[in-house]
Amino acid sequence: MSGIHVRTKINGDVVEYVCDGDETLLDVLRNRLGLTGAKEGCSTGDCGACSVTLDGRLTCSCLVLGAEADGAEIGTIEGMAKGEELHPLQRKFLEHAALQCGICTPGILVAAKALLDHNPKPTETEVRFGLAGNLCRCTGYDKIVRAVLDAAQEMRRA
Amino acid sequence: MPLDSTLQSKRDFSVVGTRPLRPDGIDKVTGRARFGADAVAPGMLVGRILRSPHAHARIKKIDTSKAEKLAGVKAIVTRADFPDHTDGDAALYDVLYNVMAREKALYEGHAVAAVAAVDARVAREALKLIKIDYEILPHVTDVDEAMKPGAPLLHSSIFTDGVEPKPKKPSNIVRRYEFGHGDVAAGFKKADIIVERTFKTEATHQGYIEPHACLANASPDGQAELWVCTQGHFMVRDTCARLLGWDISKLRVTASEIGGGFGGKTTVFIEPVALALSRKANRPVKVVMTREEVFKASGPTASTSVDVKIGVTKEGRITAADATLRYQGGAFAGSPVEFGAMSAFACYDLENVRAIGYDVVTNRPKQAAYRAPGAPMAAFAVESVMEELAKKLGLAPIDFRIKNAAREGTHSSYGPTYGPIGLLPTLEKAKQHPHFKAPLGPNQGRGMACGFWFNFGGQTCVSLNLNNDGTAALSVGTPDIGGSRASMCLMAAEELGIPYDKVRAIVADTSSLGYNDVTDGSRTTFATGMATILAARDAIKKLTARAAQIWGIPAEAVTWEKGYAKPAGANAGNFPPMSLAEIAAQAGATGGPIAGHHEYSADGAGVSFATHICDAEVDPETGATKIVRYTVLQDAGKAVHPSYVEGQFQGGAVQGIGWALNEEYIYGKDGRLQNAGFLDYRIPVCSDLPMIDTVILEIPNPGHPYGVRGVGETSIVPPLAAIANAVSAAAGVRLTSLPMSPPKILAALEAHQG
Repeated sequence: MSGIHVRTKINGDVVEYVCDGDETLLDVLRNRLGLTGAKEGCSTGDCGACSVTLDGRLTCSCLVLGAEADGAEIGTIEGMAKGEELHPLQRKFLEHAALQCGICTPGILVAAKALLDHNPKPTETEVRFGLAGNLCRCTGYDKIVRAVLDAAQEMRRA
Repeated sequence: MPLDSTLQSKRDFSVVGTRPLRPDGIDKVTGRARFGADAVAPGMLVGRILRSPHAHARIKKIDTSKAEKLAGVKAIVTRADFPDHTDGDAALYDVLYNVMAREKALYEGHAVAAVAAVDARVAREALKLIKIDYEILPHVTDVDEAMKPGAPLLHSSIFTDGVEPKPKKPSNIVRRYEFGHGDVAAGFKKADIIVERTFKTEATHQGYIEPHACLANASPDGQAELWVCTQGHFMVRDTCARLLGWDISKLRVTASEIGGGFGGKTTVFIEPVALALSRKANRPVKVVMTREEVFKASGPTASTSVDVKIGVTKEGRITAADATLRYQGGAFAGSPVEFGAMSAFACYDLENVRAIGYDVVTNRPKQAAYRAPGAPMAAFAVESVMEELAKKLGLAPIDFRIKNAAREGTHSSYGPTYGPIGLLPTLEKAKQHPHFKAPLGPNQGRGMACGFWFNFGGQTCVSLNLNNDGTAALSVGTPDIGGSRASMCLMAAEELGIPYDKVRAIVADTSSLGYNDVTDGSRTTFATGMATILAARDAIKKLTARAAQIWGIPAEAVTWEKGYAKPAGANAGNFPPMSLAEIAAQAGATGGPIAGHHEYSADGAGVSFATHICDAEVDPETGATKIVRYTVLQDAGKAVHPSYVEGQFQGGAVQGIGWALNEEYIYGKDGRLQNAGFLDYRIPVCSDLPMIDTVILEIPNPGHPYGVRGVGETSIVPPLAAIANAVSAAAGVRLTSLPMSPPKILAALEAHQG
């Protein structure tokens, strides 16, 4: 199969790649670009472990073709910290022990950031629905919800 | 090995019990942590597995000739590549048979061949070119059906063990177990009220978000390396080496970060296949399961059918308790019914008790452990009957349980006599908890339940190396599945008297450390923790000897206090305290590197108890249930890192909520799984749940220097019953079948309203 040339921006950097027509964006990120922070938990858009933003919209990268990302801006977990400085969500996840195994954590952080970008002052219920597309099997979500609410509060103060 | 008297329990902690950030945290919030599927190797091939579409079929012929000719295919393996090296070990033979089907495919999803190819597309194409000639056989997936005479037979070699006389005809019943004491029949004669019920639970999956994944790199000279997400890389090494007939020493296994396991990653599935492919191709091979494969071909838990009968006096004292448990564990022996039968009545102080268990095979994937394997289903049945009895007695359910609760000195239903245990404290604390006094809304009901788990010790080996700057490098052999490296660092720091962040813990590979059992049985913080403490004490002995050498006084004249060597008393000499860092800096001149070690088979894992309270709201129109409030009270012995202890309580409770309300393996008449994906096998999502309130109790375990008990599993034992009791109270009708999905609740409501 002949490859498709794609030009995109990932975490602010221009990235070009050649992918097959049936290759998902998740496969491109993980297998071609070495960005393995997005995880494959189901490949059917049910678990959210592969969450990225595509032109600012929260997206399961397993449901998008690599070719479709041409001209788009992609945000992944690898772009969340700025140098040594963690994003408040990342910091609060650590402080609240909001991860156990950590496999869902990149996707949940991307989803939580997308939520706070649109709604800086979410209620507990809004956080719960904002993260309803991201499965976590370890934590029961309690500490995740607390971490997101705490991060939102801190970000509003800043 | 019992604790010797020098290991008296410590009570005044400096860092144990605090909540520092975990050492692997930044890697995990930045996406850098490397899980099973995140590894690559030069020249790597993609491995994929062909699986049986039939629930039960004889494999008459496998033809790989067309697939072999496809460009890009580098190796194909079938049953012919897995000769039997198991040497009469029946359990290991089952693993071999499960890894790659032999004369028959025993369940839909059973591996029948595998391919290594240059990329995923070629591998997929190659699988389509493999021709298998199947003779389809009758199948059975239900436990009660499988036990009937005339049921389709999986193995002609199973003659039920544990019954006299031993049957002459083969069946699907592998073994009968019996536990208990006293005279159950006499006990029921003394009862004023007896409740007897039958319960069913469906099979559920551990549901870890990370599918099984490994990267094998084997050479024709027998040297091999394996990177794998597993709960036990030493188990993977030993099992793979034995299945493939290799030397254990030649196979080096590295545990990746692990994306959840809950017991499901305590055995091998794809690993021996990946190694066999890699050896044949002489190239590295990565195999990653799809989610569908995880559901169909890893190790879900048992589905069950359980009868419980309990008799009580008018005053509320239990006179007799009897249960018969039937668990199917998939296509091979080993359902967790033994643990189910042992744990069923473990919460109560009983004069007459009996639990009988039947281990049954069916045409389903071979079950693997799932968090307190076997116990939640037994507790669902027993605690449902307890709730019903309390109502009949007119007693508050909590008072009825307090009246009959096991305590120190109770002869347990499964044999041992309990030492200091935490059941009554959890019940008494629950009784005072505001949750019990909170008002209920319309269509809401409250339920409670107790739960028990044994906990485990097991083989453990730890190495603690002191660096010349006074920091410590700790090597453990139990994969860190929920923050255990943080707990290990806390315990090492506590003993050595250095700050938490001066200790770095790693999970060492199988060539760097002695054998360690799997991270299971809630054993890691207990057993690896105790080995860490004892390795640190070993290092301290060496540190004090070095200080004595430097000072020129006898080693016995030096003590260790908060990170410093000190003369034991005025007679020992007048020397200023010497820090760990100062001693370590002189290690080269005083005898070489300083390290502490500990290797043992850990014993004394204290049993664990919990009490859960649940409020559920049932919508009478739709039959849908919402959990509106949930509280977990559990004995942790000593919480080393309380945040991660709470996390275990919360995670177990929520897995229980999924099991109780949504999750089930649904089989069609064709014996095929109908819902092998997260859309149709629905685990709880964030918006389904309330906060999960936790209360940690600390009743020290005398078997651990800090009093630690395992905490990981007990939390999934009470929820099925606590929720069933809440839902039954809300709906006004007793639910006896899990999951309590909306159609089942509606049917129960309609039947009740008649």
